[in-house]
Amino acid sequence: MNVFKNYFKSLFLLELFRGLSVTGRYLFRKKFTIMYPEEKAPVSPRFRGLHALRRYPNGEERCIACKLCEATCPALAITIEAEPREDGSRRTTRYDIDLFKCIYCGYCQEACPVDAIVETRIYEYHFENRGENIMTKEKLLAVGDKCEAQLAADIDAQAKVR
Amino acid sequence: MEFLISLWEALPYELQYLIWTMIKIVAIVLPMMLLVAYYTYAERKIIGYMQVRVGPNRVGPKGWLQPIADALKLMFKEIIIPANANKLLFLMAPAITLAPALAAWAVFPFDEKLVFADINAGLLYILALTSVGVYGVIIGGWASNSKYAFLGTMRSAAQIVAYEIAMGFALVGVLVAAGSLNLGEIIRAQEGGLFSWFWLPLLPLFAVYVISGVAETNRAPFDVAEGESEIVAGFHVEYSGMAFAVYFLAEYANMILISALTAVMFFGGWLSPFQGWPVLGPLFDWVPGFFWLVIKTGFFMFLFLWLRATFPRYRYDQIMRLGWKVFIPITIVWIAVVGLAVVYQVPWWFD
Repeated sequence: MNVFKNYFKSLFLLELFRGLSVTGRYLFRKKFTIMYPEEKAPVSPRFRGLHALRRYPNGEERCIACKLCEATCPALAITIEAEPREDGSRRTTRYDIDLFKCIYCGYCQEACPVDAIVETRIYEYHFENRGENIMTKEKLLAVGDKCEAQLAADIDAQAKVR
Repeated sequence: MEFLISLWEALPYELQYLIWTMIKIVAIVLPMMLLVAYYTYAERKIIGYMQVRVGPNRVGPKGWLQPIADALKLMFKEIIIPANANKLLFLMAPAITLAPALAAWAVFPFDEKLVFADINAGLLYILALTSVGVYGVIIGGWASNSKYAFLGTMRSAAQIVAYEIAMGFALVGVLVAAGSLNLGEIIRAQEGGLFSWFWLPLLPLFAVYVISGVAETNRAPFDVAEGESEIVAGFHVEYSGMAFAVYFLAEYANMILISALTAVMFFGGWLSPFQGWPVLGPLFDWVPGFFWLVIKTGFFMFLFLWLRATFPRYRYDQIMRLGWKVFIPITIVWIAVVGLAVVYQVPWWFD
């Protein structure tokens, strides 16, 4: 009996017509394409984009050169050199992130005890020359200064769960 | 103006005839090329919509210039000829595929009197030409001197042999029912509204014809000759630039041709679907036949895209099984049925 049923089904293309009706319905479905340059997808406060180094409100840089980020970085993208500053505080003299090595896992951000290294919401960037892929301390601080308001808000938004 | 007319009349008759014929050919081929270009656009849009995307929409308003941009790009690209390829055949092959797809329109009746060459063996001519088109695929794949191309060619050859027979048989049914090989006569035999067309008495043949048509044009789900996921691009892996574009044109021109032929053989070509009906019939009398033909052809063209968006590619042995063990028996049985119906003049269609 089943043989006949299957034979009937395949001979009259019943399953195929069902398939056609599915695609036929989808033809009129609302499309959810985002027209990228004009529209952008919403970004989460946890978004992990380009890195930044933050400062305290008084302008002092947060990073204390504990090198936890360097230690935790699974891609070995972070290189830190540190020396005591004239006033005796411990500061980095070099803080490089190689963006070609970085996998944007966010472990550095996670490891940082003073919320100094963070990943911003910036995801539209590119390099035009060799060497531009290395984010130096100056560049990281500049990004941090530019997005401080957003970064502080994002960290506050996650304060409860961190 | 008068000068031009007198100049025209001064020409010998043969030359006039030649020029007039040329003009007619251009009038058929030029819109066809434009249609092909926008058919590719329609394909990308429709398949996109079925996949809940929007398709190309960046070049020009709503992406209308996309096919133009594509054509320009292909024209400026280099035609790479592989080492040890047969250069002559390699370059000839795309033309061999395209030429029959365009030449077949010569006997195609666009309207009651609108036909380029109203020959009696029109159906035979079309069958012959659509078969010739395959040689382009076979020669192109062979001349490429490439394993993938050759595999694609072998597949295409076997597939075409299988489906050509089923398709031919389906058309035999049409010609038995219509009693003529002339496409215009075939349409006139279907006069009398939606239910007098041949799709109803020849329903199995109609299904076989459409499916074989898809297989003949190497379209999804029968596109094993191209088979992107298995043999890269099949017979046209080695083609680039304009040579590739001509293959592309041929494929779409063939799809349009098959759609138009389906409309003629089974859906009464230029006939109105309401012909002879009490109220609707006279209401639609003013609509030109060409319009109906375009609508019917358009539906089948849409069907090609719909099928492609819906079905995964057939396995090769299943294609062969379908062709030889399902379609050919069905068509043979139904030809016998139609033959009996014609002999005993079964009412409504054959009385």
